[in-house]
Order: sequence, then C-alpha cells, then structure tokens
Amino acid sequence: MLDLVLTQTLNGLASASSLFLVACGLSIIFGVTRIVNFAHGSLYMLGGYLAFTLVTWLGPADPLGFWGGVILAVLLTGLAGVLIEVLILRRIYQAPELFQLLATFGVVLMLQDIALATWGPEDKLGPRAPGFRSFVILFDNRFPSYELFLIAVGPVVLGLIWLLFHRTRWGVLIRAATQDREMVSALGVNQRLLFTSVFAFGAALAGLGGALQLPREAINLHMDLSMIAEVFVVVVVGGLGSVTGAYLAAVLIGVLHAFGILVLPKITLVLVFLVMAAVLIVRPHGLLGKAGVEPRGHAGQLFLLRPADGAAKVFGLVALGMLVLAPLVVPDHVILTLTDLVIFAVFAASLHLLMGPGGITSFGHAAYFGLGAYGAALAVKWLGSPMEEALMLAPLMAGIAGAIFGWFCVRLSGVYLAMLTLAFAQIAWATAFQWVDLTGGDNGILGVWPSVWAVPKTAFYYLALAIAVIVIVALRVIIFAPFGYALRAGRDSPLRAEAIGLDVGRLQWAAFTIAAVAAGIAGGLFAFSKGSVFPTYMAIPRSVDALLMVLLGGVQTVAGPVVGAFAYMGLNEQLMKLTAYWRFVLGLSIVLLVVLFPRGLVGTWLYWRARRESAAQATAAA
Amino acid sequence: MQIDRRSFVAGTLALGVPQLVRAQGAGPIRIGEVNSYTAQPAFLKPYRQAWELAQEQINAAGGVLGRKLETVFRDDAGKPEDAVRHAADLATAEKVDIIAGGFLSNVGLALADYANQNKRLYVASEPLADALVWSKGNRYTFRLRPSTYMQAAMLVEEAAKLPAKKWAIVAPNYEYGQSAVKWFKELLLKARPDVTFVAEQFPALGRIDAGATVQALEAAKPEAIFNVTFAVDLANFVRAGNTRGLFEGRQVVSMLTGEPEYLDTLGAETPEGWIITGYPHADLQTPEHVRFRDAYKAKYNDYPRLGSVVGYETVQAIAAALAKAGSTDNEKLVDAFEGLKFGSAFGPIEFRKIDHQSTLGAYVGKSALKNGKGVMVDWSYRDGGKYLPSDDEVRKLRPAV
Repeated sequence: MLDLVLTQTLNGLASASSLFLVACGLSIIFGVTRIVNFAHGSLYMLGGYLAFTLVTWLGPADPLGFWGGVILAVLLTGLAGVLIEVLILRRIYQAPELFQLLATFGVVLMLQDIALATWGPEDKLGPRAPGFRSFVILFDNRFPSYELFLIAVGPVVLGLIWLLFHRTRWGVLIRAATQDREMVSALGVNQRLLFTSVFAFGAALAGLGGALQLPREAINLHMDLSMIAEVFVVVVVGGLGSVTGAYLAAVLIGVLHAFGILVLPKITLVLVFLVMAAVLIVRPHGLLGKAGVEPRGHAGQLFLLRPADGAAKVFGLVALGMLVLAPLVVPDHVILTLTDLVIFAVFAASLHLLMGPGGITSFGHAAYFGLGAYGAALAVKWLGSPMEEALMLAPLMAGIAGAIFGWFCVRLSGVYLAMLTLAFAQIAWATAFQWVDLTGGDNGILGVWPSVWAVPKTAFYYLALAIAVIVIVALRVIIFAPFGYALRAGRDSPLRAEAIGLDVGRLQWAAFTIAAVAAGIAGGLFAFSKGSVFPTYMAIPRSVDALLMVLLGGVQTVAGPVVGAFAYMGLNEQLMKLTAYWRFVLGLSIVLLVVLFPRGLVGTWLYWRARRESAAQATAAA
Repeated sequence: MQIDRRSFVAGTLALGVPQLVRAQGAGPIRIGEVNSYTAQPAFLKPYRQAWELAQEQINAAGGVLGRKLETVFRDDAGKPEDAVRHAADLATAEKVDIIAGGFLSNVGLALADYANQNKRLYVASEPLADALVWSKGNRYTFRLRPSTYMQAAMLVEEAAKLPAKKWAIVAPNYEYGQSAVKWFKELLLKARPDVTFVAEQFPALGRIDAGATVQALEAAKPEAIFNVTFAVDLANFVRAGNTRGLFEGRQVVSMLTGEPEYLDTLGAETPEGWIITGYPHADLQTPEHVRFRDAYKAKYNDYPRLGSVVGYETVQAIAAALAKAGSTDNEKLVDAFEGLKFGSAFGPIEFRKIDHQSTLGAYVGKSALKNGKGVMVDWSYRDGGKYLPSDDEVRKLRPAV
C-alpha cells in the first residue's frame, strides 16, 4: 500500500510540473498587465505542436535534435506571444479589463483553426526523449525516468524565476509592476517594452510546458481548452501573481488528482473545481495571494448607467416592432433563429445585471441557464408537468442555486469571484453529467417539447418574445430602482456605500439571485425551443458566450447586452453555415470588434454621438 | 446473389422506376448532413471526403430516381443543441429531403428526437449509443454503424476464450464508456461466471491522467484488461502503460483500437497482441473493398479510414433507400429503409426492420507492429447481425415505437 501511495505522489508531482509551467506564465502576465490570458492554453498547445514538428525535423533520436527542437519551439512560442501582444493587446490596454479577455478568446478561436489547418486533425504522439526513454524501479514499481525529469523541472524553473525576479533589473520591474503598475510607469519605466517582454516570457513558459509534454502525451487539438481550465484553477488557488503559490497549487492539484483516481475514479471531472471552491471559501485570495494584487480603483472604467434618452427609446421600440412583425414576412427558419436570439438576449441581460450595475464578473453564468433548462426538463420528465408549469419551475431551480452559490461568491471580489462562479458552474455541470439516473448524463433529457398550442414555430416565438420583453423590462426597472442605484454605489465605492448604511454583500447577493432567476427563465425557454437538454448547456463555452454577448454589446447600457446577443450569436450562426473555418473568422471578428469598438457596440455608438454633440456645441459656442 | 451498389442503382434506373417520380421534381435530391466537424476532425474529415466521393460516383452514374444527389454539410461543433438547430434549419430553409449525420451519441439522440417530433427521416451514420435504436428508438431513425453493444459483444466472444479471471477496466467517463463497460461485464459474466472485476478507472474524456491511471490499474494486479479509451486518451494510456510495464504478461481487449484513426497515432508505440475491433484497410482484399479503396485513393491520394467507410456507406444506404422507395417522401423512405439490403465495402448489409439497426459489422483481430507502424493481424469480419440480442430481447429493449 505504501509503495502505491509513494508512486502516486510522484505521478502527481510529474503532472504538476507542466501545470506549473503554464500557470506561472499566466500568473506573471496577469500580475503585470492585468490580462486574464484565455489564449494561454492555446500557446501551450502551440508549443506542443511546434516541438513535434521541429523535433521530427531535426531528428528525434539525436539528443541535440530533440532538445534543440524543444528550445526552438519555446522561442517560437515566445515570438507568437510578442505578435499577439503587439498586434492586438497593445491596442486595447485602455479598454475595460475584461475586453482583453475577450480579445484573447478571439485568439483562442483563431489558433484552433490555424492548428487544424497546419497540423491536420490527427493526434500527434511524439518521440520519447533521448536519455529518458526507459524507467527506473521505485518502490517496486516501474517509474518512467522522463517523469522524474519532469518532477525536477518544476522546482528548477521556480528557482530560476526567483533568481530572475530578485537578481535582475527586469525581474525587479516585474515585481514592482505587479505591486503597482501606475507607479512603475510614473517612474519612467518603458511600459510598452515591459509588457511585451512579460507577455513573451509568459508565452515561452507555456510553450515550454507544451513542448515538454511531447514525450509524455499525444499533442492534440483539444489540449488548449482542457489545459486552460485547470490552469485557471491553479493560478487562483495559488494566488494571482504569486509564482510560488502557483507551484504549490499545481502540486496540490496534481497530487489530489493522482489520489482521486485511486479513491473515487469517477469524480476526476469535478475534483479540481471542488478543491478550488473549498480553497476560495476559506482563503478568498488563494493560498499565497495578497489582497493588494487586485487592481485598485477602476477609475478609467467607471461609467454611468443612464436611462435611455428619447431617440434611443424610439429606436428600441422600432426594433421591438420589427421583431413583433417579423413572422409576417420572414420564413420559418428565420423565426427559429430569432427565437434563439431572443432567448439569448434574456440570458445576456441577466448577466448584465451582475456585470454592469453589480460590478460582478461571472465566468459561470451558464450554470443558471443550464439549471433553468434542467429544471424545466426534470419537471417534464419526472413530474409530467406541462410546459406552462415547467417554465415556472425553471427559474425556481436556477434561483435556488443562485441564492446558494451567490451567498459564497459575493464574499469575494474581482477575478477570485469570477473563478468561484466558474467552479460552481463546473460543479453543476459535473452533477448533470454524472448523475445519470436523474439527468440522463451526457445523453441528456429528450422529449421536452412545448404544449400543443405553442408547437407552431410562430406561436413559440411570440411566447419567447413576450417573456423576453417582460424579463428585460423588469431587469431595467430593477436597475433604475433604488435597489439598482444602491448596487451601483456598492460597485463604485464599497466603503462609502457601507458608510451610508448599505449592506453591499446583501445587495450583491440579491442581484446574484435575480440574475440567476432571469437566466433560468432563458434556460427554460431554450429547453422547450430545442426539445432537449444536455450538460453542454452549462459547460464553459456557454458561459463564455454570455460574457462575449455582454461585452460585445457594452456593459454601459441596458440595451448593450441585447444588441450584443443579436450581434454575437447571429454572427456565430451565420459563420457556422458559411465556412468550415468559422472559428477563425469568428475569432478574427471578435478581435477586430474589440480593437475597433473598445467600448462595446452600443457604448461606442453612444460615445461617438456624445462627441459629435459636444463638437456641435463647441462650434455653436464659437 | 450479391448486388453491387452501382449495378443496383443502374438496375433500378434501367427498370424505369424513376419515370414515375421524375415528375416530383427535376432538381437534385438534397441531403442535410449535420456533424461535429470542428470538434472531431480526425474521424470526420475522411468521413466527409468519402461522402463526397460516393455522391460523385452516384451522380456520375446518373443519380438516383433520375435526379442528382446534393448534400448541405453543417458543423454542430459537438453541441447537441446546435445540431437540432441545424436540422430544423436544413429542413425548413434548405428544404432538404433527408437528414443524416451525427458522431457523438448525444448529438445523435437529439437529432433522433427531432426527427421523431417532426416526422422526418434521420439516418444516423456514426453515433454508437444503444439508446438510439433501443430505449429511445423511433420510427424515423436508422443507424448504420455497429452499436456499443455489438462491438462489446464481438470482443466478449474473444475475451471469454481467454484464461484470465481477474479483469480490470478503463473507460472514458461518458455514456459510450459507461455502456461499453456495462455490456462487457454483463455479457462476459454470462459466458464466464468465474470472472471477477478487480478495478475500474473512468478518466474524463480527453483528459486521462495516464501515469496515475496505469498505476491504479497495476495496483489491482489484474490478469486481463478491458480498454474503452480511444484517440488521445488511448495514446497516452498506451505510452504510460508500455513504459510502466502494465501490459506485460496481461491480455488486453480493446474497443475501436484497430481503427486507423487511432492505430495510426500509436505508431511505434503500438502494443502487440491486443484483441481489438477495427478496420484493416491495407490488408482487406475483397473486391468490393478494393474497389472502394482504389476510388478513394485515386481521389484523395490517401488511404481510407473507418470514418471514410461510414461516410461512404451512409450515402449508399440513402441512395439504395431512395431507389427502393421510388420517392423522397419521408414516410415511404422509412418503409424502404426497414429491411433495406445493399452491398457495402464490408459485404452485404441490411437495416433491420425490428430495431432499425444495420447489420454492418466490424473486424476483430490482434494488434501488431510492422515497420514501426500499428497494424491489425489475424483479423476476421464479424457480421453485425450475429452480435445482437434475440428479437424478444430487442422488443423489450425498444419499448414504445
């Protein structure tokens, strides 16, 4: 038994190393630039593929060929990092922080198609590493010598980074910028160069993580997203910006994983997220994170949320009128698409309540959408409810979950809060996936069709539209009610809000629950529109969709998320039909939209209008 | 007598059946094909290529019912809800006559449910879930590929002959993995009441922690291992298992491993002597397969994968059903599909009337290394029709249709 425990510990340490390499790159980049680099997993994948090509080309059997290939791959990945930073991110440092996340997500999509086009669809099992082909006998078990090498890589890189950070000027600057980047730039440090070099360094670390996987695992097209989820966990558990924390967290996750397999082999899907939730509840800033790492003051990003003026209201009413009249002129299939878009508008608007007035970023909003869908489907399947009743149960289930999860989430702030919402979403997803008897597992629940009167496409469309209008108007009323103003006070200055007697935590909790209820309504409608529910409804991509819709439309206005939903999901749908490389085109569109409209679509429109008006006033005054 | 598909189509044309239906429309017959192209490219690229090859051949021979075949392809990105949206869009906007496709089981089930709700024919090419034709089976859904049950049954036949009594299992943690394990255990215990299962590992799909998984299996000291992992999980499992000696002195029985999609990735790492299901594309020399392989190679300068066979035969099945029904009317096509017989690259097959499952089989053999590449040896074809439960049992498994 003891030998098994020891061997599993070593296994855990070996997988911890690659996790650490990628995670510390992400953590350093975040520390300095405040960018949550969603594309970090893609850089890891890129490192793997480049190493495969270079090593095969230079000769895998020859040590020089192998290690030379690995080093070249690392450098090239660093270069890719430079390209991403210079071409895209540099242009949007002034935009709200989450916009960079959006842009890096665009890069993820583009790199997926670039990798597919360059390396083809087959998985690439690389050669074994020269000098580490075999195994040693440890604790009566064979243990691959390459895994021992990997175990050593983690601490060695950690030590090198420590030296770099403490013994070089560049390292000191990085630490200084992690503490306070405004101060660093005020002291005359070339920020551009610092940011580019940090991004390249982080990218190279991710590339090293990927390249070192070559002798161990097959390089494949899915390794980007499966890595990024775990790496987020590691970075957050370790504490943002803390390299040592990242190592500790990587070891914790790696070892837990290895033992989870022994004890509860079926729980591996959710184990890491359970750990993350537990750590964040006990230590809100991760194991070694400091409270100060959170960006101080959102000064550049604060915005007022004003009720729409006359022109915008007329515009909105015209748009609604067009939606109402649409079934008279457009064919059936367009009605189906519009139904989806209307439902997604509700979903986006529900997230906007959190992100806009609430100042809470949720990475796991799909949980409530999905729970709403499952609430409806379970009601149909187990209670035999008709559609009307199931649609009432949908928001109830989502709301209860929102109240429970929200109670924990609002205790945190910033990225930590976002990651806790992600953890809860993954736990909900894994429950739907694993509880086969209740939910049908990944095969989902089928036969969730609407009541007879709502079966015609037009009838269901009007039902969805009516509910959507009610929900979105209700959310708007909430935002401009005293509750909404109090929520915004808590977002803009928690201290002052507390001082005038507002219970910020409680307000946020209420907002969280309301947003969950609204998302649940959208989910319930979606279930009946598709006739079935699946765990994919609450998987990470759905949460990302929600974020994209809100950000693309703009958080500054109530109309933003609705416009964003139509723009993003509409674009997505059309592109999927038009081209096999829709991910590349979609990713490129997202990047372009972010660079061109850093305030979101509606926000940019308002900005332009305001500028024109002030210019007109200026000329009038002159 | 074996009817070759081309002569079959030509024959029906010659018989003048189409003249009746030409009036229905002179434009092409449209097929709407929904699949997870971006999510599962390794299987689906060869699939689509062969699909286009088959369509080209049929059209070159004059089409079906005097009309050309035309396919609208859609990518569901692995999401069942997107697949349903595409199906509805294909049916209403593109006015396709037939809906086909699906790789993932949940996508297949979602499409089947859509088909049932809207009374549209759905030809499921690839999804393996047993529920597709049994517990969730419906009048409008037909499946080409041998199901999880059938593939497990083929392997149990071989596993039961092994002396091993202590078995360990490793399977991806989702429906396909769980059903494969369920059937394997049930059928093996029926054949060999003396076996026991000493360890079970369910790594997350695509995310196996190979070293730790291998160690956990090793610790249980099994005599034989049943593997259900595939693609990247399989590659990582095999490499870790080889280095750590997990497979030495142990029999391994493995689902799908002999499919070129997965075997080719293993390359020099291919373990020898595993009992596997798959497709020995290079060594299969029956005239119908050689004809298919040559045509595929000529067009794409590449050898066919199993996905190619599935794509090719789905089009052949649709063409044969159209010719038999003499119409694109979906109700008539469903009737035509029931009991439809045609010649495939693997030999003659039939879509069973009782559960709408085709009798397409698979090859069972052993894995071996040849010139640094993985190959199948000692293989033989297992007719899918022989690895299905008795009709009475099927009726129980397929309750309400």
